[in-house]
Order: sequence, then structure tokens, then C-alpha cells
Amino acid sequence: MDFNSLLSTLLADVPTLAAVIIGVPAVLAAYIVGGEFLVQRLPDKARPSLRPWIWVGPALIFVAFFLVYPVFGTAWRSLFDNHDNFVGATNYGTELAGFPSGGAWIAIRNNLYWLVLFTLLVLIFGLMFAVLTDRVPYESQVKSLIFMPMAISFVALATIWKFMYSYQPPGEPQTGTVNAFLALFHQDPRIWIQDANVANFALIAAAVWGFVGFAMVILSAALKGIPGDLLEAARVDGAGELTIFRRVIFPLMMPTIVVVGTTLVIFALKAFDIVYVMTNGNYDTDVLANRMYKLLNVGDTGLASAVAIILVAAVIPVLIFNLRQFRAVEARR
Amino acid sequence: MTIASEQIATRAAERRFSPDWLGQGFSKVLLHVVVLGITLVWIVPTLGLLVSSFRPLSAFASSGWWTALSPPFKFTLDNYSGVLGSSNLGGSFFNSFMITIPATVIPVTIAAFAAYAFSWMKFWGRDFLFLALVGLLAVPLQATFVPILKLYVQVGLTPQNVGFVGLWLVHTGYGLPFAIYLLANFFRALPTDLFESAEIDGAGTLTVFFRIVLPLSVPAIASLVIFQFLWIWNDYLVALVYVGSTPEVAPLTVTLAQLVGSLGQGYQLLTAAAFFSMIVPLIVFFSLQRYFVRGILAGSVKG
Repeated sequence: MDFNSLLSTLLADVPTLAAVIIGVPAVLAAYIVGGEFLVQRLPDKARPSLRPWIWVGPALIFVAFFLVYPVFGTAWRSLFDNHDNFVGATNYGTELAGFPSGGAWIAIRNNLYWLVLFTLLVLIFGLMFAVLTDRVPYESQVKSLIFMPMAISFVALATIWKFMYSYQPPGEPQTGTVNAFLALFHQDPRIWIQDANVANFALIAAAVWGFVGFAMVILSAALKGIPGDLLEAARVDGAGELTIFRRVIFPLMMPTIVVVGTTLVIFALKAFDIVYVMTNGNYDTDVLANRMYKLLNVGDTGLASAVAIILVAAVIPVLIFNLRQFRAVEARR
Repeated sequence: MTIASEQIATRAAERRFSPDWLGQGFSKVLLHVVVLGITLVWIVPTLGLLVSSFRPLSAFASSGWWTALSPPFKFTLDNYSGVLGSSNLGGSFFNSFMITIPATVIPVTIAAFAAYAFSWMKFWGRDFLFLALVGLLAVPLQATFVPILKLYVQVGLTPQNVGFVGLWLVHTGYGLPFAIYLLANFFRALPTDLFESAEIDGAGTLTVFFRIVLPLSVPAIASLVIFQFLWIWNDYLVALVYVGSTPEVAPLTVTLAQLVGSLGQGYQLLTAAAFFSMIVPLIVFFSLQRYFVRGILAGSVKG
């Protein structure tokens, strides 16, 4: 497509875009104004009981239809084969029987790697960066550079890291940054993402690069929330900086660390884009979300549903934990 | 000599001779070195991509991107014109906008209505429903694809028939729990007096919502809009599942991922494609960072 034809396609679609930009908000505004108009016509008594449903109604319908119903639908679907015959738990058997390396087990193992390594590394680096950047005058500039990877897509992130890991045979000049760095120390280059021994860790490292900024920003906000007098008092008492970090800062930041940690755990369980783009699950790097997509793509909806439900089961403890946290916060209000 | 200048003199003397000061000075330098070192490591991957995307093919294949940073400088726009000419990136750029704008406007508006009801109206089951929304924040989207896809095919909500409409609706459903959660937290924090005095003045629900709640919530809504915009713009999985990778409908992420798969030898074009896909998010990020960070904080700290 050359520039002119591109421009003409864009111009041809401008009316559609304009209609959408003006039309969609107009419809939504008309809905709420019309709804209020109807409620006003009701007898006084009926108004307070009906009005809230006009306001939450659309949201509830969307959520029920696109989140609640399909999860149950998927659970139900996971009990059938691709010809709509009821097969009970057979799909789960196919996915889970081949322990330790058949069915979904490689993916489950890798999700565990992600869960532990990704979460811990992001938290450790995030906390470290939050504390370190807190002490330099150019804090905000440094933080925004470290945070920047959060703004780009995981597809772009995966592309960036494919270049970072690119490989030339030993003796050739290395064009990939990681292998060139190794060459500085006279190490042989590695085929990072096509070597089953290291590929998982290479993918996780790329994801860590993307997420440290996220953890850093939130943890840094929590760090700044710690009252200065508290740290001052500890210093007056003769505590060293490391002791202050261990005994004062760390415990006070624990609630935030937990919140960030649960977000990261959920991401680690759902990891998809990076794996799909960098290896598509080859070289022993498959994860549940990728396995599910591959099964869906070949039309194996029964197995795909079973894998999705395994994923839901893995998320449920985190979900319950989240609800507990939420309730505790609400109770303190 | 005044007391003040005397103090300065002693302090200066202390500084000069105390080994303590030397230690402090050393750790200060070390701190700067570490912080700048980390920052450098963190920008190298993106910087490498950016520099590579302006290098000619001959240089690209035979030397690392860092060699381009020393003379002789040889930069070119060939990769950009090459990849825009030979792939569907331009059309995808437009598709990304067509997908992202409604998929941001619809959920944010509907969430604002719902958040208002959740924070300032009483109704049966309110607390339970809100709790359910918080629970839904963690649900893997993978568990929703099969039934929705089946239904979409049955009722004809496919990209061939209705373009991006099906995708907008799906994104609305997926985005609502977070959007409502974030806005309700903000709405609830508005002072009660505002609502009471508005009621005394005889203002109706609509007036309160449009004239008081929305104007006061501009920062929260801005955070949410940016958040949702970047989330949809960068989304890959949902677009891949619901509209697929046909050139007419593929957004930037999908086209880029396809190029990653297909451009084995034309690698240098890929750098330009990847950077092209990052332009809009980077502009949004660097110009509206404050709101983006606020959205992230509101979404997780209170959780």
C-alpha cells in the first residue's frame, strides 16, 4: 500500500469514525436521559427502587453476558467433545493424565516458573528501584524511563526482546545485545529462546523488564506515604539504613507489596502474548493460556474449555484472597 | 566571627577531615552510579530497537546497533517506507483507532452510570454486586471465549457482517469491572454535603450527575480513559480471537505479531514495524503520564 492509497482509505473511513465518535456517546446519553425521563413519570414511591437499576442496568447486563455467563458456559462446554457428545471429565483426563510431561503438564510447570520467578523478581527489583530512586534528585525522569515499557504492547515487548536475544554463530560479530554483552567477557553466545534449558527464563526476563516499572511506581508511592518522623526517630535511635529498611520500611510496605504481588500472580497465570510471539510454546515454553489458544485455533473447543477452566481454578485462590482484602478495607472505612 | 559563620567553618572542617564524610561521599557516588546504571540497562532494549529501525540493511546484518552510535553516521528511513509499503501496517493503524476509540468510550460511559449508582444510590443487593465485580477482576478472559464466539457466529456478530461492533461489545464487558471499581472508589470519596445541598436546591439526579459528579471527577475519568485506551490499543489476544488476522480488520498488534512470524529475513523491517506500533502509546504515555500513574495507583493500592 503506498502513501496515497493509504490516505484515500483513511479519508474514505472518516465518516464511519465520525459517526462512531459522535453516535455512540449520543446513544448512551439518550439512554440515561430517557431513562430518567421515564422514572420521573412514575409515582413517587416507585422512583427510588427503580432508578438505580436504570443506572447500573447496562453495566450488569454487559458483565453478566460477557463474563459471568461464558465462564459457566465454558465449564459446561468442557464436559463435551467436539461433536457435542457428553464425555464427562474425559477432557480433563486428556489434559491432566500425562504427568509429568504429557497433556497440559509442561504448560502447568511453566506457569509455576512464571508464578514464582516473575512475581519474585518483579517485586524485588521494583522495591529496590523504588528505594534507590527515592534518593536521587532526578527521580521522576529515571522512574518514567523505567516505567515506559508498561505503555507498549506485549507484542512490541516480545519483538524488542527477540532482537535482544538474537544469535550469530561463535566467531561472527554478535548483533544481539545480550550475546554481544557476553562476548565482552569471552563467553560463547547462546541461542536463548530456542534452547529448552534457558528459553523459559529468557521469556520471563523479558516480562520482568516490562513489569518492574509497574511495581516500582506503586511501591514508590507507598514508600513516600511512610511518615518522615518515623524514619528520623529510628535514625536518632542509631539505627543504620539497612536496619531501618528491614524493621521499619519493609513491614509498613507489606500490605502494598501483597497487593502488587497478587496482581503479578494473576498476570503470571494468564501470560500469553510474550510466549505466543517469542516461541509459540516451542522449546518447552508452553503456558496454559497459549495452550488454550492453540487448541481453540484448531477447533478443539472441548479441550480448550477444559484448559481454560484449569486456568480459572488456578486463579480462584487469588480471587478469594482479593475479596478478603477488599472486605477488610471496606470494614476499615 | 559570628556564630553562624563559625558553625559553617567547623562544618567545613569536619567535612574535609572526617573519614565519615569520605564514606558518605563515596556512597553518594555509588548511589548515582547504580541508579544511572539501572536506568541505562532499562532503556537499552528500546533504544536498540529505535536505533536499529533507522539503520540500513547492510549495516544491520553485520554489526550490532551500538556501532551506529559512533561516526560515520549512516541512518535511513528505508525500513519505515519499506515496511509501510509492503505490509498492512497503515491500515492496521487505522483499525487500531477504530477499535480503541469506541472500546474506550462505551465502557467508560456505562461504568460512570453504574459507579454513580453504586456509590450514591441504595438498592437491593448493591454490596453483593459490587463484591462480585471485584471478584470478576481476576477472571481469566480465556474462560469466556468459546461460548461468546459460538454465540457471535449464531447471531451473525462476525467481523464480516458488523466490522468491529462485536469486539467493542466484548471489550466493554471485559473492561467494566475495573472501570466501575476505579470510578466508584472516586465517586464515593466526594463530600456528602454536595449531594445534600444539591437535593435541597431541587436538582434532579441527572443534574447532580452531569453538573456535579462528572466535572469533579475529571482526573479519575481521565486516568480511566488513558488506562482503557492503552489497554485496548495494546491488546493482542482479544482482537486475535474475535476479529482475527485478516488485513481488513487486524489491529497493529495482530499485524506486528504476524510480521514477527513472516519476516524471517527482512528482520530490519520488523524494527520499524515494532516502533511504528509503539508511537501512539509512547505519545500518550509521555504526555499524560501523571494520569496514567494515578490510574494504576487507584486501581491497585486500594484493592
